[in-house]
Amino acid sequence: MIALLLVVVVGSKQFTESVVLGELCTQTLSAQGVPAEHRRELGGTRVLFEALRSGQIDVYPEYTGTIQQELLPGATDLAAALDQQGIHLGRPLGFDDSYAIGMQREVAARLGISSITDLRAHPELQLGFSNEFMQRKDGWPRVREVYGLSNAARGLDHALAYGALRSGAIAAVDLYSTDAEIPKNDLVVLRDDRSAFPRYEAVLLSRKGLAPEAARALERLEGRIDQREMIDLNARALVDRIPEREVASEFLQRKLSLQPASASDRMPARLWKRTREHLFLVALSLGAAILAAVPLGVISFRRRRLGQFILGLTGIVQTIPSLALLVFMIPLLGIGAGPAIVALFLYSLLPIARGTHAGLTAIAPELIESAHALGLPKGAVLMQVELPLASRAILSGIKTAAVIDVGTATLGALIGAGGYGQTILTGIRLADTALILEGAIPAAVLALVVQGLFELVERFLVPRGLRL
Amino acid sequence: MIFQVIRAVKRYGGAVALGPIDLSIDKGDTVSLLGTSGAGKSTLLRMLNGLVVPDQGEVRFRGAPIVDAPAVRRQIGYVVQGGGLFPHLDAGANVALVARFLGKPEPEIAQRLDELCELVRLPRDALSRFPSQMSGGQAQRVGLMRALMLDCEVLLFDEPLGALDPITRFDLQQDLRAIFTRLRKTVVIVTHDLHEALALTARALLMRNGQVVQDSPVAELIRAPKDEFAARFVKAQA
Repeated sequence: MIALLLVVVVGSKQFTESVVLGELCTQTLSAQGVPAEHRRELGGTRVLFEALRSGQIDVYPEYTGTIQQELLPGATDLAAALDQQGIHLGRPLGFDDSYAIGMQREVAARLGISSITDLRAHPELQLGFSNEFMQRKDGWPRVREVYGLSNAARGLDHALAYGALRSGAIAAVDLYSTDAEIPKNDLVVLRDDRSAFPRYEAVLLSRKGLAPEAARALERLEGRIDQREMIDLNARALVDRIPEREVASEFLQRKLSLQPASASDRMPARLWKRTREHLFLVALSLGAAILAAVPLGVISFRRRRLGQFILGLTGIVQTIPSLALLVFMIPLLGIGAGPAIVALFLYSLLPIARGTHAGLTAIAPELIESAHALGLPKGAVLMQVELPLASRAILSGIKTAAVIDVGTATLGALIGAGGYGQTILTGIRLADTALILEGAIPAAVLALVVQGLFELVERFLVPRGLRL
Repeated sequence: MIFQVIRAVKRYGGAVALGPIDLSIDKGDTVSLLGTSGAGKSTLLRMLNGLVVPDQGEVRFRGAPIVDAPAVRRQIGYVVQGGGLFPHLDAGANVALVARFLGKPEPEIAQRLDELCELVRLPRDALSRFPSQMSGGQAQRVGLMRALMLDCEVLLFDEPLGALDPITRFDLQQDLRAIFTRLRKTVVIVTHDLHEALALTARALLMRNGQVVQDSPVAELIRAPKDEFAARFVKAQA
């Protein structure tokens, strides 16, 4: 019973199929009485695997090929190798998401092509592949070698490939075998009759410590999602733009006769939720940064050597790409708002510390001398003279930090911190411009509001004598 | 004995800027530190209130070495060129800053501000002006009020009238003289103007290259300069 009270955290990667599977897991669990929560679009393979190992999430959908190639290269028995890391490998869900080569159905039928071997009879056909597929060892180089193909192949953007396919400029493209483009463009997948591509069977990876009730509930998904079904689920989410939550819920009702609770995801509610999350990230990180960086600026001013070191260090932090900094946080602090706040905090240090230092340095030395000559102790000189005189520069540093914070916080979504970035990520994944704007516009507006707010604060905090 | 400077030396980057100097200033003395630029006048003045700490020797205030500098400084008024007013505070707040820090009651502060306005001939309504809204003469008067606020026995001035136009300078010089006569403070003024020294102080210390060349009544410096440098200094300002 106690185990049941714990919420099972489901993770998913940053592409639609993974999100749909994550949603399927979450709803399967909750429909069977196991409270579950979906941390969607957390990031890439590494992020999810580390999150699972450290117990930040309890389960996420993965592919055998990915485990073999990226996570445990060289392992012969995947289940045993994962077991050693405290991870349970579920039975296959029923479909494969491997590399594949696809042609227009009508063209393939006319030329009598149904497998990759059949392409050998048509060396005149032009092939168009994504640049990644052209480069990867398990992509085109491998296919060409295994099948002995002599067709000309060129790299082009995936989005352009379908247009080129329709126009007849190219005859075949690379696909994922569960690609939503398959039904959308009426394609057929050529049979990989010589097994050139590694298999990417979908499985669930879960923590071994998962409650038995939860593990049993998840087993109901095993073997229930076949190739055609997954293509259909992807197409509904990606092409028909139906929210993953509804796509998953419909599937569970139809195939597993489960009744997931329907939760609505309407725009105003969603916007408000993202706004709250975003403000939380910015307010907490900025607040902490002010408390830390103003004293750092003061110390840098008082002790020149130490100051150079401090400002240099905060400067170095600033040069770490935000994405990298966020990923560095995961092994230390896991996923969610915590590590994002720490990263934003670190980014805010430099502008504030530098602003404080610059403001203090700009004070005429005879004023500071006068303050000491009056017999004010050091602390009082700082509070009554130095900080008020530096207030404008300090505030402008805080303002810069705040605006940067609002922008950078959108990246927090990559490690599950929520905020406007979550909406933007989903928009990018679904190629849904409206959704991208639903995240981007409020983020920009918030940056302007924050800027305006600080200009107002300046009126109150910067002494009147300095504003004349 | 207010100040006692004993074998004090100050170096800047290895070079001796001041000293070794021996000097004492008694209660009620009015002293001018005279000399050319770079003679060490300001350094010596700042040693008296602990803003400059000697590398060798020591400075005693009322017979004791300066240990708690802030506490000692509150007994010594200090006025710099231009007044050294804090731009973020209005004139009244500049004058009352330390009194408020010490927790003096507001009615007492208000009353003292009134007295000081009268003493330095500053209109009462000027107290609400910020430094950037004041003339040079007004700023200097407010600076003087700030130094007098706690009614300390000793006043130090670093070229108080240096940056003022001749008329304002003359007026303020007259007022300072009246105030000194009336309050009977111990006064040390850094200046390179012999006339100012004569108008405001009784005793002159002529300095050159960090050393005291002549320590005598101002009148005697003018009448009987001790050496060739003193003679040239006097002659140049005749």
